[in-house]
Amino acid sequence: MKEQLEKIKVKALERMESAQALETLNDIRVAYLGKKSELTTVLKSMKDVAPEERPKVGQMVNEVRALIESKLEETRAALARKAREDQMAKEVIDVTLPAKREKMGHSHPNTIALAEVERIFVGMGYEVVEGPEVEYDKYNFEKLNIPKGHPARDEQDTFYINENILLRSQTSPVQIRTMENRRPPIRIIAPGRVFRSDAVDATHSPSFHQIEGLVIDKHITFADLKGTLAEFAKELFGPETKVKFRPHHFPFTEPSAEVDVSCFKCGGKGCRFCKGSGWIEILGCGMVHPRVLEMCDIDPNEYSGFAFGVGLERIALLKYEIDDMRLLYENDTRFLKQF
Amino acid sequence: MNTALSWIKAYVPDLDVTAQEYTDAMTLSGTKVEGYECLDKNLEKIVVGQIKEIRRHPDADKLIVCQVDIGTETIQIVTGAPNVKEGDKVPVVLDGGKVAGGHDGGPLPEDGIRIKSGKLRGIDSNGMMCSIEELGSSRDMYPLAPESGIYILPADTEVGADAVEVLGLHDVVFEYEVTSNRVDCYSVLGIAREAAATFRKPFVPPVVTESGNGEDIHDYLKVTVENQELCPRYCARMVKNIKLAPSPEWMQRRLAASGIRPINNIVDITNYIMEEYGQPMHAFDYDLLAGHEIIVKCAEDGDQFQTLDGQVRKLDHTVLMINDGEKEVGIAGIMGGENSKITDNVKSMVFECACFDGTNIRLSAKKAGLRTDASGKYEKGLDPNTALEAVNRACQLIEELGAGEVVGGIIDICAGLKEPRRIPFHPDRINKLLGTDISRETMLSYFGPLEIGYDEETSQVIAPTWRQDLEREADIAEEVARFYGYDKIPTTLPAGESTTGKLSYKLRIEEKAREIAEFSGFSQAMTYSFESPRVFDKLLIPEDSGLRQTVVISNPLGEDFSVMRTLPLNGMLTSLSTNYNRRNKDVRLYEMANVYLPKSLPLTELPDERMQFVLGMYGDGDFFTMKGVVEEFFESVGMNGRVHYDPNGSHPYLHPGRKADIIYNKVTVGYLGEIHPDVADNYKIGEKAYVAVVDMPAMMDFTSFGRKYTGLAKFPAVTRDLSMVVPGTVLAGQIEDMIIQRSGRILEDCQLFDIYQGSQIKEGFKSMAYSITFRAKDHTLEEKEITGVMNKILNGLQSMGIELRA
Repeated sequence: MKEQLEKIKVKALERMESAQALETLNDIRVAYLGKKSELTTVLKSMKDVAPEERPKVGQMVNEVRALIESKLEETRAALARKAREDQMAKEVIDVTLPAKREKMGHSHPNTIALAEVERIFVGMGYEVVEGPEVEYDKYNFEKLNIPKGHPARDEQDTFYINENILLRSQTSPVQIRTMENRRPPIRIIAPGRVFRSDAVDATHSPSFHQIEGLVIDKHITFADLKGTLAEFAKELFGPETKVKFRPHHFPFTEPSAEVDVSCFKCGGKGCRFCKGSGWIEILGCGMVHPRVLEMCDIDPNEYSGFAFGVGLERIALLKYEIDDMRLLYENDTRFLKQF
Repeated sequence: MNTALSWIKAYVPDLDVTAQEYTDAMTLSGTKVEGYECLDKNLEKIVVGQIKEIRRHPDADKLIVCQVDIGTETIQIVTGAPNVKEGDKVPVVLDGGKVAGGHDGGPLPEDGIRIKSGKLRGIDSNGMMCSIEELGSSRDMYPLAPESGIYILPADTEVGADAVEVLGLHDVVFEYEVTSNRVDCYSVLGIAREAAATFRKPFVPPVVTESGNGEDIHDYLKVTVENQELCPRYCARMVKNIKLAPSPEWMQRRLAASGIRPINNIVDITNYIMEEYGQPMHAFDYDLLAGHEIIVKCAEDGDQFQTLDGQVRKLDHTVLMINDGEKEVGIAGIMGGENSKITDNVKSMVFECACFDGTNIRLSAKKAGLRTDASGKYEKGLDPNTALEAVNRACQLIEELGAGEVVGGIIDICAGLKEPRRIPFHPDRINKLLGTDISRETMLSYFGPLEIGYDEETSQVIAPTWRQDLEREADIAEEVARFYGYDKIPTTLPAGESTTGKLSYKLRIEEKAREIAEFSGFSQAMTYSFESPRVFDKLLIPEDSGLRQTVVISNPLGEDFSVMRTLPLNGMLTSLSTNYNRRNKDVRLYEMANVYLPKSLPLTELPDERMQFVLGMYGDGDFFTMKGVVEEFFESVGMNGRVHYDPNGSHPYLHPGRKADIIYNKVTVGYLGEIHPDVADNYKIGEKAYVAVVDMPAMMDFTSFGRKYTGLAKFPAVTRDLSMVVPGTVLAGQIEDMIIQRSGRILEDCQLFDIYQGSQIKEGFKSMAYSITFRAKDHTLEEKEITGVMNKILNGLQSMGIELRA
């Protein structure tokens, strides 16, 4: 019986050794461990074994069974691993083939630039508000201290609908609308479309965008204006950016300033980009004129504030090095896809 | 405004700065220098030489060989210039020196032209005699220069001297940007005053001396000002025995540097005064003034007048005119008349030096279509005080230049001078506004050089009359700030109550629309808000449509930009067309575009500005792609209800069988469809194009960013598929509406999964298959519940003429 068991064992192991497929292992399992297997036959013949021998034989049978089982499992695992490896070997791909991409659309460069500006000011506690594009003369000019006949009106070639209604030439009327509707503290920016009678060319468009800013509170100073815009410029153009304030004139601010930033292309050394000066003009600003405050029923003895206006296209053109403003309004997808 | 530095230095003699220092300091104190040009750029080693001897070139007919004394030695120079003769003194550039340009006067090379000794047709030439063009200038600035040839210097010029110096070319011309409030700085004296204050050097204005003979102008001329409101001051003086001649070189150069061409001593003096004082003047030929009389009054409606440029101008009763005893002789403050202008035969003349109302001049200049240097100055509002000094200065120059005999006395009709304005001075409040800590004394020290006075007793500052921009404390604060230095003011951030930074709700919804459009492959377009009224024809809008009621621009850039859009399609279709024309494939664009709908016409109140979310596309995709984007967007802003599509809306620009109004909660919130083939033709788009437009204000009420969680389903779902034959006229939406309505709360989903129309289906019918999913929140559905609902649905289908397929 011992020899018989040994033979079974050797045969089983041999078959396993030569097995190539997982299915073969199943046949082996049925053949050597199944109900009709030789091992079972041996067990069945236990009744013929002397009772005192039975435990010994039983143990031998169990050892052979355990050995076959463990060998079976080992072989199965090896074959499974091999099968998976074969499969993966067949599945090798050329990873340099083109990507399959969802075709995402792109934001307009103006919108991207605006989003940056909004992010900066929202972070400083400013609310983003809007005003109408077709506007009353009263808001676009008169309440901004530009009465009828004022020479400053000629500096902005305005589109008129009639004597009292026009296409706003600046976002500044939103200042007035805001001051009329809210009480200080006010901190807003007002982006939007403005219109001026400039023929279309590489640097002009009759329709463009500005971002107006307005802060009104007690104790607001020119130093606050400087600090705020310096912070803005650093956020927008990089931490190394320097800011220069030059006296200027706007009828609705006093004192007024124009602001240059150090050229972010050459760092202020002077290059083609900044026309050799090292500086790039980016915005106009000033302390809100006391007469403007008065016209909005805000007491200039109690409150002060500052305002600024930035050309959005100017920032977009500068930041993204776009050399022709017309590209912004043609909407060629080859242009838009670059943003 | 352009001015030579030498002219500024005439009034600020101690000014000693480089051009760049001047530029930076002036700009920072508020007189912005736009740029400057050094007249001696690229002029090197140029001296005064005297031609001692001229011989013919042995081998060239057109060349001569000159021996030129340059002070230290005599050198030989070969030239082709025809105009020199022995004894002439000329500018000579020596070996290794540089000139600015070629003799043809063409554009100047950036680095000039280096001159070296060499041979000309075999003869040594050790330098070059220069024309004015080679020196980088022109005959406009140096009228004495020959038309082509060497510039001949005056006979008393010292040989060997720096010729650039002799010619006055060691000078810099600055270009200023003067802001409209600083009318006083539209003058050399104004800028010189700012320069003196900026560099803290003494300001030395010209000393105007008495002029005139023993006669009295009143015996020659009568002046009447009928409209003193429009003419607050009129000064007149007379010059007789005029000797017309070129003005002296110093005056010519100053004018030329300012961009004014020298003409003769009389014209040059009027221009000189306009530059020096910023005060326009006019000269009338006395003998052409009928009745030897001047009357200042408005024109009559319909008057026509020929200005001295020969043009005929139409006038009306608002235009102020200068008349003589019989006729109009000039448009006040703008331009004189052809009929009284100074000619070469002038014997006596009248100098007019007046102050006119700025607004009136501005409007008149617009009406006459004529803006001149003079009107440009007047319209900013001049100081009447200046006129008297300016006219006396002009007469002083007449005498100094020997241009004529000035008649004694002056006619000065003055409606009242401006009083200097007094403004309270509170240093503490100025510091509070600026965020500075500047002492009172320091502030006062800025005022002196600007001639701003201070009254100790009343603590008031007194603004000179030419500083019309100084009205109140904030203006004084600016004076302090700009001389303290904007750069020295500290930088702080606003303190005080904090505020919440945020986007308005409307902007947040728009941001969502942009996001969804971009996720769906649409790129953002921007187009103009104004367009041509012919756009309506292109879009097949009927003549009587309300969309043709537009906000019209009264002064457009042309018809193509003349009406405010009432629908947003033209911009989108134009952009699609541009892309199609450039062969861009599969184009998807969107725009957030306002339309402008007048509430009534003519416009008395602002139009309704409605933001439209516009999607446009051609190439890959179809009607249902657009529909998908719209529904994605709605869902993203909390509009989870069912969107209805009504094919019956009126949209003439859309394909009649492929269009729909978008309806949410019974409100039409937009439309979509395929572009009508005729419209596509009009825009030259050669593919099927689709648009979708969402009227943002209409949907705004339904939007929300609120979100609520509903528990995940715990009980199993049951799905039933229905395959049916549907009459062609029945819309999927109608079937779905019926299913939704009849299923009640247990309906979870209802999906069309197949639609077919063709050979196996009878004519006029289509095959459709729906998968309907039921689920209850709180229990496992029983068969009889489902059967009950399915029977209701089947009845519904039957009533719509729909048969189930076997």
